[in-house]
Amino acid sequence: MGFAGVLRYIYEELNELQSRRGRGALSAAPIGKTAMSIEQFIDNELKGTDVVLFMKGTPQFPMCGFSGQVVQILDYLGVPYKGLNVLENDDLRDGIKSYSNWPTIPQLYVKGEFVGGCDIVREMFQAGELQSLLKDKGIPVKEAARA
Amino acid sequence: MAMAANDIERLIRARIPDAEVTIRDLAGDGDHYAATVIAESFRGKSRVQQHQIVYEALKGEMGGKLHALALQTGTPER
Repeated sequence: MGFAGVLRYIYEELNELQSRRGRGALSAAPIGKTAMSIEQFIDNELKGTDVVLFMKGTPQFPMCGFSGQVVQILDYLGVPYKGLNVLENDDLRDGIKSYSNWPTIPQLYVKGEFVGGCDIVREMFQAGELQSLLKDKGIPVKEAARA
Repeated sequence: MAMAANDIERLIRARIPDAEVTIRDLAGDGDHYAATVIAESFRGKSRVQQHQIVYEALKGEMGGKLHALALQTGTPER
């Protein structure tokens, strides 16, 4: 494109960014002081998805052993879930700790209710309680063949 | 060196006087512990509530001086 075209392109892009900033969305998730509060963000996420895991890293690439353990358990049970990476956002990292009154990550929520961190999830899984909880809440669980 | 095992035990017992506390240093580095806390006063409380009480006992050290504490809580066999 010509010089004028480049200028027009840049102008349009800036306009787009400006208007998006007005709605508080420069990144995919509008969080932080400019847009909605972190509590609202967390509320929305919990309303929007049945099983939500606040974790370090992503389900594909967990960045902490404890988060990794919960991911393994959920994947093993074939539970559909959404991972929210607290390493990407300090507001979220601090916000979820005060929201849950729980000092560490990972944090597993099922239907808006805090189930626990890695220790509790692992204990419940080993006792079969996690599977029962999920089934009671109507969340699909893969039954593994038991010896 | 983060927190000493007996500091952890002391703090937990101060908050939960009837607790039986066992602490293991997992990596030998004073930074990764496993604690088992058994207390009659836990009876009727969910695991989350029991863990929250232990975290309260540690007065905000979690995530700061105390990096990793694997927790198991429960009530004594009757």
